[in-house]
Amino acid sequence: MQAFTQHTGIVAPLDRPNVDTDAIIPKQYLKSIHRTGFGPHAFDDWRYLEPGEPGMDHSKRKKNPDFVLNQPPFDRATILLARENFGCGSSREHAVWALDQFGFRAVIAPSFADIFFNNSFKNGLLPIVLPSETVDRLFQAVTARPGLELTIDLESKTIRGLGDEVLTFDVDDFRRYCLLHGLDDIGLTLRHADEIRAYEARRKVEAPWLF
Amino acid sequence: MAARTLYDKLWEMHVVRQEDDGTALLYIDRQLVHEVTSPQAFEGLRLAGRQPWRREAMLAVPDHNVPTLGRRDAGVEGIADPVSREQVATLDANCAEFKIVEFKMNDVRQGIVHVVGPEQGFTLPGMTIVCGDSHTSTHGAFGALAFGIGTSEVEHVMATQTLIQKKAKNMLVRVNGHVGPGVSAKDIILAIIGKIGTAGGTGYTIEFAGEAIEALSMEGRMTLCNMAIEAGARAGLVAVDEKTIEYVRGRPFAPKGEMFERAAAAWRELRSDPGAPFDRVVELNAADIVPQVTWGTSPEMVVPVTAVVPNPDQESDPVKANGMRKALAYMGLSANQPIESIAIDKVFIGSCTNSRIEDIRAAAAVIKGRKKAASVKLAMVVPGSGLVKKQAEEEGLDKIFMEAGFEWREPGCSMCLAMNADRLEPGERCASTSNRNFEGRQGQGGRTHLVSPAMAAAAAIAGHFVDVRHF
Repeated sequence: MQAFTQHTGIVAPLDRPNVDTDAIIPKQYLKSIHRTGFGPHAFDDWRYLEPGEPGMDHSKRKKNPDFVLNQPPFDRATILLARENFGCGSSREHAVWALDQFGFRAVIAPSFADIFFNNSFKNGLLPIVLPSETVDRLFQAVTARPGLELTIDLESKTIRGLGDEVLTFDVDDFRRYCLLHGLDDIGLTLRHADEIRAYEARRKVEAPWLF
Repeated sequence: MAARTLYDKLWEMHVVRQEDDGTALLYIDRQLVHEVTSPQAFEGLRLAGRQPWRREAMLAVPDHNVPTLGRRDAGVEGIADPVSREQVATLDANCAEFKIVEFKMNDVRQGIVHVVGPEQGFTLPGMTIVCGDSHTSTHGAFGALAFGIGTSEVEHVMATQTLIQKKAKNMLVRVNGHVGPGVSAKDIILAIIGKIGTAGGTGYTIEFAGEAIEALSMEGRMTLCNMAIEAGARAGLVAVDEKTIEYVRGRPFAPKGEMFERAAAAWRELRSDPGAPFDRVVELNAADIVPQVTWGTSPEMVVPVTAVVPNPDQESDPVKANGMRKALAYMGLSANQPIESIAIDKVFIGSCTNSRIEDIRAAAAVIKGRKKAASVKLAMVVPGSGLVKKQAEEEGLDKIFMEAGFEWREPGCSMCLAMNADRLEPGERCASTSNRNFEGRQGQGGRTHLVSPAMAAAAAIAGHFVDVRHF
């Protein structure tokens, strides 16, 4: 997994609540058996004027000029600013892969759906929860000054770039540790293999019908 | 010992290791696998040179991509779309390589993963159950802690039989009293989502309780827990009672004989202690719940069939009002339009929410002796599994549908998410028994209204939404 330490980038505003994972990556692209190739399909239905199918030459499809990520400088954005309940719906990790492969390193929102939130950490995409009022102010700032850059520092859990203000956010210690070091947690868990085996031995006695 | 909720008990039973930061290593008893979210996980195992920790704890079944037309004898070769075919063939190959039990396309036991698990007794009370699919919450109907995970976590469970998790908060949704005739589990859960919103359950595990929930069949409880995720909760739960135990008894993967009785004794403890503390309690009166219809592009955009489409000008929250306007534009509806005036083009009866035998019976009861409206281009019934289909055919339900002008299809996820050939065309409007009305969910530009099986059946006959209680 790619590590996340500090990142500076342009912020793109996606001003609608309940952005679901079907919108982030439509179902026809989930037929891929690979982990890559999702970047061109992030927000596919909103981003292109014509319907898309796997296998098409997507560089030739007509883009929707009204969609924020098609408008400079937001087409170069690496931080997505969103509204509440971002990433709701399907568990598809392809949604995180699509955002990551589009170029996003972080998503800022007042709240995230639980499965999307978990999936993000597994792929080095940092989901940041900020209070609604702060998110409102960020929307105003980005609208007033398109191209606004923020600097996110995971070590100190701070965001700079909104004047002199330093915003702070919270992340679980273990998730922060894994993200800072780009650690694959299967390897970390397997260090506890003996404890897993001991648990299984105990459960085989308590609840043998489970085995 | 302090009074504990059912969720507290299930959680504590499965903690392998507790970390200081509040996360825990949680043991996973069962993993269900389908073709869409597993290929990258199997590939991860291969790249790392790992083997599944406990292959017999897994059961695989292709469901999202399978066609619902044509015979199943040909198996994978019967899938016309080469991209879909490759994904199902990849599941077959991975299950063969890693020696995982799979019900292939031509197996009568094949079906939607969340229908198959309970039907086979692979889902048992007291278990932790995961699947790379958000509707894994369905299995919570059995007093099991079941939730959807992403592909990285699918691989983590394959490799370690555990997950690193943080405990959620406890929410109790109590539905007091009894629902009237024509009101189903689907209407109950839609009414709950309408009340608490699609993010209302975020960060919680929801336990559903109260007389109306106790009165539900196991099928109804599955419908209810299935859509806990649409209320934002990864897991929904219903306490174990004798209905749960009798449903499980005799199923192929369930324990047998004396072992079953021993298990059943343990399962009877799977309920919240009296006075157990919940972080949030929501109460509804069952008698107030009438058949529900969604009007927008989020399951929380739902109203009674007797109501009108809401007006965004009357919404005080500007973010919400903006979302409502976008939804109305997408859905091609106007504020204050009566729900019963909305005409439909297609009807879909199926999905992991509503494709079990009881759902099919409920729809058939409405349709019997009637005909689909000429204005409805397609009405289709997609049973949840080969065994549901067989049972329905033994009861003669397939004939009722076909005589009414419905299509009777082969099992799979079908038009719930349109990964196979079943989909809406741009602008088409569908009465659907599925779980999500997101933009493009049933096909790009398609317009989805979520309803119960009986309501979908009535809409197919009338050509527009009608109150099934007076139909």
